[in-house]
Amino acid sequence: MSGGVVEHFTYIVTVFLMVAGLYIVMARGNLIKKLVGLSVFQTSVYLLYVAPGKLIGGTAPILAPQYTVYSNPLPHVLILTAIVVGVATLALGLALTVRIKETYGTIEEDEITAADNAVQDAEDAHS
Amino acid sequence: MGRPFGGIVIETLIVNVLLVLMAFAVLVLARTRNLFAVVVLSGIYSFLMATILVALDAVDVAMTEAAVGAGVSTVLLLGALHLCKSEEARPAHRPWLPLLLSLATAGLLIYGAMGLPDFADPNAPIHQHVAPRYLQNEVDVPNVVTAVLASFRGFDTLGETVVVFTAGAGIIALLRRRKHKEKGREGIAMRDDLVLLVVGKLLIPFILLFALYVQFHGDFGPGGGFQAGTIFAAGIVFYAIIFGLDKARRVVPDRLVETLLAAGVLLFIGVGVAGLLLGGNFLDYFVLDKDPIHGQHRGIFWVEAGVGITVSGVMLKIFYMFASRGQREGNEE
Amino acid sequence: MSVIIDILSGLCLLAGAIFSLIGAWGLLRMPDFYTRVHAASVLETLGAGFILLGLMLQAGLTLVTVKLLIIGILIYFASPTASHALARAAMVRGIKPLLAKPEE
Repeated sequence: MSGGVVEHFTYIVTVFLMVAGLYIVMARGNLIKKLVGLSVFQTSVYLLYVAPGKLIGGTAPILAPQYTVYSNPLPHVLILTAIVVGVATLALGLALTVRIKETYGTIEEDEITAADNAVQDAEDAHS
Repeated sequence: MGRPFGGIVIETLIVNVLLVLMAFAVLVLARTRNLFAVVVLSGIYSFLMATILVALDAVDVAMTEAAVGAGVSTVLLLGALHLCKSEEARPAHRPWLPLLLSLATAGLLIYGAMGLPDFADPNAPIHQHVAPRYLQNEVDVPNVVTAVLASFRGFDTLGETVVVFTAGAGIIALLRRRKHKEKGREGIAMRDDLVLLVVGKLLIPFILLFALYVQFHGDFGPGGGFQAGTIFAAGIVFYAIIFGLDKARRVVPDRLVETLLAAGVLLFIGVGVAGLLLGGNFLDYFVLDKDPIHGQHRGIFWVEAGVGITVSGVMLKIFYMFASRGQREGNEE
Repeated sequence: MSVIIDILSGLCLLAGAIFSLIGAWGLLRMPDFYTRVHAASVLETLGAGFILLGLMLQAGLTLVTVKLLIIGILIYFASPTASHALARAAMVRGIKPLLAKPEE
């Protein structure tokens, strides 16, 4: 451990954001809020990747004759992919939520589970 | 303007202040129960993330996050919220177990993060191996991120384009309705408003032109296929909001959008197969021209074009699906 | 000469920051929706304009200044239009402005 809290402040706040997103997914029952929490979690991971690539006094990785120090371009590529995949999964999740709302009439997880259990109990009582 | 100003203190200070702002935004987001406020706060969070990414010198990523994360995600969430029309219910039981699990995970992760290199340490391991080779400019494209995305790591980008296509196809499968050609109300149109009409007519051509600029200047500055596709779709969405969804569907019909969706992926794969047919490997750009470096330029150009076409098609199709779903629900009430 | 430009651009940046802060404070303190939209929109656009002016003074006569000018024009078009659309949508939905009681 080379530095203390001050040098690792970026990582600590990134971990806080990540865990906050995780808490929203675990603790809240509303489906849209869960999806927002998931996207918060994903966005904090982008920070975790891009922050170590930064060099003080460096510049964006676009080659130009007057600059010699560039920030690391590899995390940028990975995170570009991750952002687009994140929005694709968010869109698909939201489409599923819309269909769930039309079928069950609610997007609260407790009520959906209760409706499913009621249908299951009715089927068991029949057979 | 060649003098360096700032130094380590002010750059670190800017990044840390923005991080604290993001932490506040997420705290309020977790506590708010009004879903509309949650969506707006997530938009604020994404914009702050884009600002931090600029402060960390990741300009391509910042552009993508601002366009895709803050722009498209907020539009999609608002669309879904309009269709679901709910507010979050009060939680039934106190969430002690998730809180405990979250704190335990946070403790473990912070313990692990303390072992990572210091912030902006030039001797960190990630600067030693692959990055200096990428910065050697083998393919003669100034924007190293575009070069790595389209050429060095072309397979990853192919997979990602297919993922975007699959998401579009999945949403079409989920939200498509069997009834066609309903002549209902116009839906959300602000056509009678003079200010929006005039400003819309002024801005939309420039938005579309800017999308093309971002697409083709991705080699020389921040830009590329993903950002350009999203900006193009945003221009058409702007048109749809002001002039009405039906008019937008006449200007950019559903057939065209679905064709764009698939054509981009086919173009990407076509470039790869062209490499095979000309004697090299799949997605080998060196054989696309007599001069290998010019072959790289061609390959990167067509591949980025394919990505931009698919992304614009998918974003536009998703908007059409969400908006027309709400329109038809309104007609059935 | 460059010291004067530095001081001037510093003052512009400071003015922009102060205007934006006042706009944010107005957003919190104003009594009803329309006054809040007005406070936020006017002051934020002004603050953004001042900040861009300060940055243009720093950049001198280069291509960067032209790009900043175009960004300024775009903000002056888009930001008031967005506030107009917001207020109009609220009016159409039926949010009534808080008016003073007529004098008896």
